This record gives sequence, structure tokens and C-alpha cells, in this order.
Amino acid sequence: MAGLPEHLLRRSAEARAKAEGRDVEEVLAELKGEAPPPPQESAAPAPAAADPEPAQGDTAPVEAPAPAAAASGPVRDLEAESAALGVPVSLLQRAMEGRARTEGKPIPAMASAPAAAPAAAAPAAAAAPAAAPAAPAIPEGVTTQRLLTVVKAGAIQQVKSSPQDKVSVWPHLLAIEFVALMVVTAGLIVFSVFVDAPLLEFANFNEQPNPSKAPWYFLGLQELLSYFDPQVAGVIIPTFGLIGLALIPYVDKNPAVKPSDRKLAIMIFSFFVFASAVLTTYGSFFRGPGFNFSFPWVDGIFFDF
Amino acid sequence: MANGNGRVGLRERLTQAGDHIRTSQVWSSIFRPGSPFRAGYTDSPRNRSYVIMNNVLYHLHPVKVKRHAVRLSYTLCLGGLSFFLFILLTITGIFLMFYYRPTSPQAYLDIQALATDVAFGQLVRNLHRWGAHLMVLTVFLHMARVFYHGAYKPPREFNWVVGIVLLTLTLLLSFTGYLLPWDQLALWAVTVGSNMGAYAPVVGDQVSFALIGGVQITPDTLLRWYVLHVLFLPFIIVVFMAVHFWRVRKDGGISGPL
Repeated sequence: MAGLPEHLLRRSAEARAKAEGRDVEEVLAELKGEAPPPPQESAAPAPAAADPEPAQGDTAPVEAPAPAAAASGPVRDLEAESAALGVPVSLLQRAMEGRARTEGKPIPAMASAPAAAPAAAAPAAAAAPAAAPAAPAIPEGVTTQRLLTVVKAGAIQQVKSSPQDKVSVWPHLLAIEFVALMVVTAGLIVFSVFVDAPLLEFANFNEQPNPSKAPWYFLGLQELLSYFDPQVAGVIIPTFGLIGLALIPYVDKNPAVKPSDRKLAIMIFSFFVFASAVLTTYGSFFRGPGFNFSFPWVDGIFFDF
Repeated sequence: MANGNGRVGLRERLTQAGDHIRTSQVWSSIFRPGSPFRAGYTDSPRNRSYVIMNNVLYHLHPVKVKRHAVRLSYTLCLGGLSFFLFILLTITGIFLMFYYRPTSPQAYLDIQALATDVAFGQLVRNLHRWGAHLMVLTVFLHMARVFYHGAYKPPREFNWVVGIVLLTLTLLLSFTGYLLPWDQLALWAVTVGSNMGAYAPVVGDQVSFALIGGVQITPDTLLRWYVLHVLFLPFIIVVFMAVHFWRVRKDGGISGPL
């Protein structure tokens, strides 16, 4: 039993001593190989010892029947049955034992001698009349357990992601999209029936309307032209505006998505959205002839879509 | 089944004909397993998955989405509506191309003829124009929505950049279309707009020259912007839209919840 830690050996000895009703020190000494095993009945000699790789002592079934009980059961000729059914003797015997155990009957004795069974039928030997399980006949220096692998706690990958609350796209999302699409189409058609797209006079290079306005989405920029140099309002601001927009994800390093955790970003963005909305509205409706300030309710609206 | 007269009723005949069509080889080759139009469709989780998986829509939508993503109040459908408006503009635009010649003065006369000579011509033109303005609006609002949800944050940074490109292309598409009616509004709005580009340092004059095909807007500009409007820019924007939608899926679907 070399190689086993002392405390494990002691625990094993205590358990066995308790089970067998013997003294702990005695069992321990026996396990260590210091003392010879207590003299056993000579009735159970052969199978275990003859086995080249001795089974652990615990495999000997505790519920091995008393020889007297075995003798009282009906005798079956397993060899003959095996030949007739084509089933190995060992399996027949195991089935027989199992049936007997569940029915609470004594295991019937068998005609074939256990010692004659092949090595594969080693458990069959247990049925041989043995009064008590034999102490393990493990040679010195032989370890009866093997270390297969060591699995560290963190080494197992957690592949399964936490479950998310999901719904089927069909019908839930597609239905909403379809309705949204229909509503917008219907709204657009109704609007188009009642409001015609503007068409003024034929293009005339010699007659510039006053005021001349860009399309509405550029009117914020045109409004800026009244305050800044054309290079600033017409080129630098829109160029840097677009580049700045594109750079937002690389500038804003804050990983939070909750509005309360990103107040600065929201404030800055909202400022620009609001400013462009104000400038666009101003340029669209509050600029009259000469692109001068005018109230739309006084001088009329100088704006076409 | 026969009615009182011993004859097969019309409804019965229609039902039989419908069943016959829906079990035909042609029908079942068109509607793949899981399609609600297929014979024997039942509403089951398996079929709900198949509806998407066996459909061209699988390019746009996964089988399942997070529950918050289907709430109308989360996306307001703005991205989807922008895409839908693009399709609507493509359809109405193709219709308009049948009746439009990008020359002066034919362009103006053709637009006028839409209102008088072409069936539904004025309606389709109105749809095209209002749809275009609406698309500029929805694209912009979509951008704002994405910003306020913080949806541009990793891993979606690049898709935000693609979105900015799409916004720019949308504005360019709208702007190039603005000139095509060849009326006073178109001419002078585009003059004002493209004059801004001429102020660009160093390359301003060259950019302006390339865009309007000369030192000032001429009928040649009309042809140039027409090609940009109906071919070049739509082609570019479709490529970027494909990348945009693909990245939405690859970056883990819609963002959130907050």
C-alpha cells in the first residue's frame, strides 16, 4: 500500500474496522502490510488469489449467502442451460442471482464448480461459500487506483450563454413591419393625392428668384452662410460635421448605454440636432427677399419643397 | 358535396380548385416548407422558424429577435422605413423614367406632361417627391434614434460609419434629383447648393466643374445629374445598404435593451 497518504489509509482502516467489527489498529497494520491478514476460512481460497490481477477487497459481495442456504435451494445445471440457450454461464448466473435477490429467495446452488469458471466469470466466485469477505490480497507496491485526469475549475469553457428573452420574427416582428409599411404607404398616397409636387416656370438662367433657396436639408448651411465666410459655412462646417459624426464611436469611449450614464454625450449630440433644426427652420421660414429676416405670417412663406 | 339541386356549388368548386393548386408541384416548389401559403401549414414553433429560414427575408432577419426589439417604441421602424422608402422610390422612379428625357427643354415639358398626359403620372411624381423628402427625414431620425440608444458602441462602431455614408448618399440622391424637373425652383436651388461646394479650398473649382459639368449649370448638368441620380448613386447606396444590414446581423442583432 505504498504511496497512499497516511490519513487516507487510516480512514479506510476505520471504515473497514467498523464494518467488520475489528480493531482499527489491527486493520491499519494489515493495510500497511505490517501484519499478516487474519487467518481466513480455507473455504475461500482459490478464485481471488488465483486471479492475476486481484480485485479489490470491496468487490467481494457482502451478501454472499451462507453455504447452508445455498444448499437448500434448487440445484440448477448452468452449464447445460448455457449450452442450450447460447448464453455464457457468467451471465446466466448473474441473472439468477439478481432474480433471487429481488424475490428475496436464497440463491440456488449451481452444478458447475466456481473454480472451473473462466477468469471472466470472476464474480461468480463470490457465490462460492465464503463466510466473510477476504481481506484484500494486494501485493506490496501495487496501486489499485489510477489518476485519469485533473480538471481545474476554470478550465471548463462556459459555452452556454445565459438565456435571452426572444420572440419569433414571424409573426411578431414581420406583422409590425408590415403594418408600419402599409400605414406609411397609405399616408404617402393620401398626401400625394391632395398635395402636388411643386413645378414652377421653366428654368431661366437670366432670372434669379428672390430669395433663392437650397433644398430644405441644406437650408441650415445656407443660413450659416449669412453669418460666416463661405469657406467656413459651406465647406468646413459640413465636412467636419460629417467626419465628426463618423468619429463618434471612436471618440465616445464610455461603454454605458443608459441615458443617465452618458449625459454629456447626449447633451452634445442634442445640442447639434437642436441647432441644425433651429437653423433649418429659420432658413426655411424666416428668410424673405434678399435672404433677409421676415415673419412668415407677415410677408408670406418663401419656401418650396 | 352537392347542394339541394344535386349539383356541386360554386364554393365547393373553388375550394377544390384551391386545394388542387396548393398541392401542385409548381406551388410547392415556389413556397418552401414552413411558408404559410403552403398546403397543410400549421402554426408551430418549427414552422415559425422555417418561415424565416426558408425565405429570402433570412438575409434581413434572424429567426428570433430579443423581445424588446419588436416593440414599436424602441426603433419606431425608422431604419426599416428608410429601406422601404428606398424601394418605393426605386419603383416610382422607374415609372418616371419611362416619361422623362434629361434634355432641355424636354425635361420640363415631360414633367408637365406627367400631370396631363400620363395616367397616374402626377400621383407617381408626387409619391416620388414626398417619399424622397420623407426618406431624408427617416434616415436622419434613424441616426438620432441609434445615437440615443448608444447603439453605435462596440461592436457596432463601423456600422455607424456605414450609416453616416448612407446618410450622405441619401442627401446626394435627393439633391441630384432636385434638378431634374428643370424649373426655376430646381435650377436655383441647385445653383445655391452647388455654389457651396465651389468654396472648398484647393479643389473647390475642380469639384464644382466635375459635378455640374462646366463652370455653371447648363443642360449638360441635367444629363450628368440624371445619370448620377438613376444609376450611379443608387448603385453605390445599395452596396452600402447591403453592408449595413449584414453588419446589423453580424454585430449581434439590434442593440439594447437599455
